[in-house]
Parts: sequence; structure tokens; C-alpha cells
Amino acid sequence: MDNRQKEIDSLKDYKYGFTTDIENTRAPKGLNEDVIRFISNIKKEPQWMLDFRLKAFERFKQLKEPDWQKPKYPKIDYQDLYYYSAPKSMKDKPKNLDDLDPKLLETYKKLGIPLQEQKRLNGIAVDAVFDSVSVATTFREELTKQGIIFCPISEAIQNHPELVKRYLGSVIPVTDHFFATLNSAVFTDGSFAYIPEGVRCPMELSTYFRINASNTGQFERTLIVADKGSYVSYLEGCTAPMRDENQLHAANVELVALDDAEIKYSTVQNWYPGDKDGKGGIYNFVTKRGLCKGKNSKISWTQVETGSAITWKYPSCILKGDNSVGEFYSIAITNNHQKADTGTKMIHLGKNTKSKIISKGISAGCSDMTYRGLVDISSKATNSNNYTQCDSLLMGNKCGAHTVPYIKNKNSESNIAHEATTSKISEEQLHYCQQRGLSAEEAVGLIVNGFCKEVLQQLPMEFAVEAQKLVGISLEGSVG
Amino acid sequence: MLRINKLNAKIDSKEILRNFSLNINPGEVHAIMGPNGSGKSTLSNILSGKKGYEVSGEVLFEEKDLFELETEERAHKGIFLAFQYPLEIPGVNTNIFLKTSLNAVRKARGEKELDAIEFLKLVKEKSKELKFDEEKLNRQLNVGFSGGEKKKNEILQMSLLAPKLSILDETDSGLDIDALRIVADGVNTLRDNKNSFLIITHYQRLLDYIKPDFVHVLMDGKIIKSGGAELALELEKKGYENFN
Repeated sequence: MDNRQKEIDSLKDYKYGFTTDIENTRAPKGLNEDVIRFISNIKKEPQWMLDFRLKAFERFKQLKEPDWQKPKYPKIDYQDLYYYSAPKSMKDKPKNLDDLDPKLLETYKKLGIPLQEQKRLNGIAVDAVFDSVSVATTFREELTKQGIIFCPISEAIQNHPELVKRYLGSVIPVTDHFFATLNSAVFTDGSFAYIPEGVRCPMELSTYFRINASNTGQFERTLIVADKGSYVSYLEGCTAPMRDENQLHAANVELVALDDAEIKYSTVQNWYPGDKDGKGGIYNFVTKRGLCKGKNSKISWTQVETGSAITWKYPSCILKGDNSVGEFYSIAITNNHQKADTGTKMIHLGKNTKSKIISKGISAGCSDMTYRGLVDISSKATNSNNYTQCDSLLMGNKCGAHTVPYIKNKNSESNIAHEATTSKISEEQLHYCQQRGLSAEEAVGLIVNGFCKEVLQQLPMEFAVEAQKLVGISLEGSVG
Repeated sequence: MLRINKLNAKIDSKEILRNFSLNINPGEVHAIMGPNGSGKSTLSNILSGKKGYEVSGEVLFEEKDLFELETEERAHKGIFLAFQYPLEIPGVNTNIFLKTSLNAVRKARGEKELDAIEFLKLVKEKSKELKFDEEKLNRQLNVGFSGGEKKKNEILQMSLLAPKLSILDETDSGLDIDALRIVADGVNTLRDNKNSFLIITHYQRLLDYIKPDFVHVLMDGKIIKSGGAELALELEKKGYENFN
């Protein structure tokens, strides 16, 4: 057996499905003001942060859980969840990696994200979030030299309160919608990045999210601010243990790009998808929104969504600055009983704003996939345009693909173009490839990678290869 | 090389091949001619490993039971089918497809896989021989190719994979005279005392360029007559209706 085959075999079962046996500090079960105070207190937050949370919680109590999405799920009992869980050893923050619990180091090593100095990934700074806390952030000193701040958001609240105060909730207000508001009330950790004026971030910034504790929701909060004329490329990855229960991951990610700044945000989402019969898996209900605040700014989202039982998210761009650009490149794959309702919103407010949406949905097994997107060109957004391309690929005849584009154009000098295709990998195509010596799996890999090429090309090189493999693995067992 | 012994094939309980027998030895070129619906394409489908047929009887390729082999294993062992209707695969670059295919086959045969440079050199050489437009190599596989280009692409793949047994399923249909000659040249280049060909066709035309050792007439799933190259001429003169 060659290496590639070995690798595929080892990945056939979800290889990130292990659990780290570690002692946790938890907030009392349930959702109430005391739990919010507990979280704020354990993180030694200033009063303004607690006020922010309580305001969100007040609002949350008045909100109803949305139900317009295509994938339905059993009612979540929000009082039956833990909202904070962190390894006990993280209580007194370890000063450096030598003090970090070896079990945590081992966990990240197993996940292929070594944190130790000598083994770090080249050119990639990593913030590692484990359940409700950030356990380590690499390359901080190097970044500090250029004035770049990259740290857990809980630390930023302490050390950079002015920046956090100014931008947190400026893109996703505390009163936004059910899950976003819940996040604002109970968020625990995530990453904060600030790129100062005129600085081009010399390495990829990334956050690796890991859910470990059972019966616990993960509420990550990420805030990235690119000051005038700066550039940053950021990547997030996510995995979780295999469990029979469904776990909720409700993150908020806010991006702010000032004049002439550019943020490139890539996601490789590989949360546990549940078993072949649809048991277990993560509910990935995430709010991601970027604000092109300044003129000539640009925000580009790239996502490869292969995991989760249900993926429900619309990474969006608000194009406020004149000449700003928003992009959304997406590959979403559902297999077995997975469901996804994903897409984007491009809100054109400034003049000469441009947006581009390339969405590739692949459904296999008994899964169901919906692309849902909004392009909204306001009356003031003169000379703006959007191009949308939505392609769906079906494998087998038990899966579904749906495209739901909403288009609003209130400016006669702006235009919107939408193209959509649906295709199927046919038996004949597979037979043709097999006759040329490829196995069915190789043939599917070739066809699917061809289908996704435009999006894969958007990923940073180091991750494009990983993502390409992941695409193949996610579809294992969907043919033959 | 290929021994077909009393092959019966059904699809959706409809009988297509009945007691079909055929022997092909190394180096031989066999032509099968027959009207529409006589079972020609079913034969090529079954030999290549297409699913969906109910079969009985025996097919041996180099003394191995063909039905024990997956489609791709048959390709690795040297069976090549030039498809009657080559498939379009959107998004997949022709060069990448050819390279992946060639290396999969080479690997299975225990040969060294070609790197990008070695491959490009080879594919350019072969394209030139077959007058296959090199620009097409950078296009999506068969997407927007004319009928003739698709067929030439099949012959290009045949010449790259160097099969032992090549089955040409109506490769001549839809080709103009120039393309026909190029396809025939491709076959004749590969022809030697080891490689064998099974040419399935309606018309005698292709056989002017590729001289077969044997011609078989297929009607209603059975070979009703076998002979030498002259049989094709006789058939062309009489037509299938009056043949027998």
C-alpha cells in the first residue's frame, strides 16, 4: 500500500474524533445573569465588558430562535448547556509553553498543530483555542516588532481596551439576531488581531478551534481590525471529538477594514459531522461579517465547509467605503446526513463598490445543501456591481441542492449578474475515468477538485493542499 | 489474448448477446460489423466493465477471468476502449486527466510515474503525430471539442496508454476523411505482433485504412458469419438486410 492510500485509510474515520481527558473548570449549567457574571469574572473583565454582555443578554431574552432555514433540528434546551469550560490548569495562565499542561500540548500535536517553538509551522502564527480558552499563541514577539497585535480576545480586553471597545460589536451589534446576541452575552474566547497603518502582516495568522468538553457550547469571538493601508491573511481551522450528542458552536467573527486595507479570511471547517446515520455532530451556527469601512478597502472570505451536522452561516461584507470590494469563495460539502444552509450577503452602500460570489456546493449521500445569498445595492451605491456564480454538484440520487438568491438593486446605474448551474457526476463519467485506469474514488476526487478549483486557488498555498485532500476524504464512501 | 466463450448478456431482462464467442490472438485485428441494435456497443461496454448488465458465459483476458476484474484493473492490464461517445468532464483539465490516467496505469504496471516535464514532452510528441491541436490539452476534458476532436483525443489516449487490446467502438462515425486517416494511422502505428484490436463499425470505410485480419458479422447478438477482409466488402455491397 502506498503512502497516499495509507493516509486516506487512516482518515476514513474522522481522525480528529479523539477526546482529551482533562480536568475542567465549568460554569454552573444553564443560561442566566449569574453565569454571565461568572464568565466575566473568571476572565477578570472590566465593567464595560460585563455591561456589554448584560445588554446582549437582556436583548436575547426578547428574541425568538429563527426557523426560516432549510435544515431543521430538534429544539435546543439552552438551560441544559454549559457555557464555560476550561482546563483547570489554565486557571493561572501559564506564562509560557513549558508551564502548559502536557496533555494540551499533546492534543495539538495530534491535531497536527505543534505549538512548541522548534516545531512550529513555518510562517504561520497560531492561536490555539481549547473549549472556552485560548491555550497558546505562537510568534507573538515577532509580530509585536511590527506593531501587530495577535492575541486571545480575552487578553485584548485587558491590554488593548481602547481598540476592543471601539470595534467590538461595531459590525455585529449586540442586538443583532438570536445566535449572534447569545454569543455577545456568553462568548468565551477567540482571537484578536490588529494590523497597524501601512503594515503588511508578514505571516499567516490563524486560529485553531477545538471543542473537547461534552455538553458544552463553544462561543468563540474573533475580531480583526486592519488599519489604513494594511494587509492580513487569516485562517481558521476547527475540529471536535466524535460524540452521539449534538453540540452547539455559535461564533461571531467581526472584520473591520479601514481605508486601503485588505483582509483575507479563510476557513477550513472540519467539525465532527456526525456518524453515517446522522447521529451526533456539531451545529455550526455562525455569524461572520466584515465591514469595508474605509475607501478602497477589501474583504475576501474563503470557506471550505466539510464538517458539522448542520452548517448555517453567511459570511458577509458591508461595502461602506467607496470603491470597496467584497468577495466570497465557498466550497460546501455535505455527505451522509449532513445539512448546510450557507452563502453570503453583500451589502453595497458606497459608490463604485464591487462584489463577487463564487459558491460551489457538493452534496452526496442523503445530505441536503442550500445556497442562500443576498446582494443588496442601495440607492447611493452608484456604479456598483456584483457577479454571482453558484454551482451545485450532486452525487447519487438521495441528496438535494437548492439555490436561493435574493437580489435587491435600488440603483439604476449598478448591476447584478447571477449564474447558476446544477450538475451530477454521472455513472458514465465515472466509467470513463475508470476505463482510463482511475479508481472510482480517484475519479471522484479528480472531478470534484476540478469543480472546486476556482475556490481552492484562493486559499493560502499551505492550506490548499490540505483542503484538497479534505475534499476527497469528505466524500469517501459516496461512490460505488 | 481474449477468449469469449458463450457470452450471454441481458439488460433490464432484455437479451442482447446470445451465445457470443470470439477469440483474439496477439497481433490480430478483428472487425465486428453489424446493424444498429445488434449488440456491438453492449459487447464493448461489457468488455470494459460497465455495470448494469446481467451476464453469463466466460470471458478470459490473458487467461484471467475478466469478470473478476474491476474496470480500472482491466485498464491496468491493457484493455482500452475508445468510446463511441467520449464523455465531457467539466472542470477537469485535459492535460491533468491524461497525466493522472497515464500515471495510474504506469503505477499499476510497476513502471515509473512520469513527472510533469516528461509527461508534457510525451504528450506533445503524440499530439503532433496525431495532428491533435495542442491548445486543446489545456482545455476542460472534451468540453466544447468537436466530434472529430473528441475521437482524436480517444486515439491520443490510446497511444499514450499503449494497451494490449484496443477496442474501437464506432470511432469512425462522424469523422471526415482526414480525421479518419489520422485515426487509422494511430492504430497502424500501434499495430505489431503483440497488440490486438477489436474494431466495431457500421461501415467498411475505416477498413480501407486499417486492414483487418478477420471480419465478423453481428446480428441479433450473435456472430452469423466470419471471414477475412473481403467479407466487409461483400457486406457493403449487399447491405445487412440481404445478407445471410
